[in-house]
Amino acid sequence: MSARRDPAGGGGTMKNCEYRQIEPQGLGTPNAAPPPPAGANDADTRAKRRRKWEVFPGKNRFYCDGRIMVARQSGVLPLTLGLIVLTSCLFFVFDCPFLVEHVTSCIPAIGGALFAFVIISLLQTSFRDPGILPRATADEAAYTEKQIDDSASSSYRPPPRTLEVIINQQVVKLKYCFTCKMFRPPRTSHCSLCDNCVERFDHHCPWVGNCVGKRNYRFFYAFIVSLSFLTAFIFGCVTTHLTLRSQGGKGLITAVQESPLIVCFFSVWSILGLSGFHTYLVASNLTTNEDIKGSWSGNSGVQNTVNPYSYNNIFANCCAVLCAPLPPSLIDRRGFLPTQESPPAAQPQVELPVFVGKSDLTVV
Amino acid sequence: MATEFHNLQELRHSASLATKVFIQRDYTEGTVCKFQTKFPAELDSRIERSLFEDTVKTLNNYYAEAEKIGGQSYLEGCLACATAYVIFLCMETRYEKVLKKISKYIQEQNEKIYAPRGLLITDPIERGMRVIEISVFEDRGSSGSSSGSSSTSSSSGR
Repeated sequence: MSARRDPAGGGGTMKNCEYRQIEPQGLGTPNAAPPPPAGANDADTRAKRRRKWEVFPGKNRFYCDGRIMVARQSGVLPLTLGLIVLTSCLFFVFDCPFLVEHVTSCIPAIGGALFAFVIISLLQTSFRDPGILPRATADEAAYTEKQIDDSASSSYRPPPRTLEVIINQQVVKLKYCFTCKMFRPPRTSHCSLCDNCVERFDHHCPWVGNCVGKRNYRFFYAFIVSLSFLTAFIFGCVTTHLTLRSQGGKGLITAVQESPLIVCFFSVWSILGLSGFHTYLVASNLTTNEDIKGSWSGNSGVQNTVNPYSYNNIFANCCAVLCAPLPPSLIDRRGFLPTQESPPAAQPQVELPVFVGKSDLTVV
Repeated sequence: MATEFHNLQELRHSASLATKVFIQRDYTEGTVCKFQTKFPAELDSRIERSLFEDTVKTLNNYYAEAEKIGGQSYLEGCLACATAYVIFLCMETRYEKVLKKISKYIQEQNEKIYAPRGLLITDPIERGMRVIEISVFEDRGSSGSSSGSSSTSSSSGR
C-alpha cells in the first residue's frame, strides 16, 4: 500500500490515493500517455513550445514561423509587386527582342539586373523588422511610473509625461508612450497602424506594406533609387523602340506594347521626386517624420534648433545612414516563450480524471 | 559587506526576488547605445561602486565597438549593397558578433561578481536595449528587512 508519487510532480500529496485507484481503470499516467483524448493539447504544448511571435502585441502578421513580418494592412504591396513585375515582363517580351537586334544586347542584361535588384530591395523592406521596440515589461513600467510619481510636485496637476535630455548641446524632449509604457528613445515614434514604437521612425509606407525605420531604411532607399533607374530605363527603351519601328500600327498589340511606356511615364516623376527627397534626407541625417514636423528647422517656435544627429558633412551623414552596422531585431520573434506556462496548463487536465475516478468509486 | 554567498544556480532557482533596478540609457551623445553610469541608491549596500561602474563602462565600450562607423562598416555596407543585401541572410554581421561577446561578458560578470552578492544582470538585448535590468535578490543575511517592503511592491506589480 505504499503511495507511489505522481511523477509529474503536480498536486503532491493529495492525489496519492486517487492516483492508485485510477490506474486499474486504464487511464494511464499523465506523463506516459502520448495521445490522450482530452490532454492532446497538453502533451503538444510540452513538446512544442510557443514562439514569441505568436504572442506579439502589435498589429503585425507573421509568416514562415516568424521569419517574415508585415503590417496588418499590407494591401498595396501586391499591387506594387504586380505593377513592377507586369511592366517589366511586358518590356522583356515586347521590347527586348527588337532592341537586342537594333541597338545592343546589353539591354536585357541591364534591365534584368535592375529588375532583380528592385524586387530584392522591395522584399527586404517589406519583410524585415523596421526596428520595433518591444514593450516594457511590467516591472520596468512600474519602475518608470514610480520615477514619474516621485518627481511630481505636490500640486494637483498630473505629472508631465516628458523627459528632457541634452543631445549634443541640444534639448530634446522624450515623450512617454502610453501603449508601450516607456519613454520613447530619441527619434522613435509610435506607428498607429502597426501599434508599435519604431526606432528612427521615418514613415509608414503603404506601397511597401511596412513601416520604414532604422533597420530597413537602407533597403527602402535602395528600392526607390533602383526603381527610379528601372522606370527611367524602361521608359527610355520603350520610347527608342517605338521611335525606331518603321510601321506605326494601331490595335491591341501596339496598345499592349505601349502600356509600359504609359505606366513608366506616370510613375517616373513621382519616384524620381521621392528619390530626390530621400537623398536630401539621407544627406542631412533627417527622417521624414522630423522633416514634416519641422523639429529642427525652427518651425516649432523654439529658436536656434539644429539637428543634433547630423555630422554636418554630407559624406559622413550618408555613411551613418546607409553604411552603419545593421542593428539586430529587438523583438526576437523566433525565440521561445519561457516554459512557466506549461505546468499550470497541465494541472487542470490532471485533476479531471481524479474527479471522474472518485465519482465512480463512490458508485462502486 | 558580510553577505551570504550565493551562486548563479541558486539565484535562478530558489532565491526570492526582492526588487529590480533599471539602469537607463544615456542619450547625451545621440542615439548610440550607451548606459548611464550613475550608481543607483538601491545597490548601495550590495555592491561596490567601482565594480558596478566598471561593468557599465565595459558594456558601453562593447556597444560603441558594435556601432562604430568606420572602414569596416563602410566595406560591409558597400559589399551588402553590391550583392543586393542578400549577403545579410548568409553572413553574421559585426554587430551580432559583438552581441555574442557581450552576453558572454555578462554571464561571466554574473558568475564572478554579481551572483555572490545576490544580484543578477539581465542582458539589455532581452529588454529592447533600453535598460540594464539588475535583479536584487533577498539577502539571507541580516539586511533582509530593508528589502522586505520593496518585495511587496514588486509582487503586487506583477
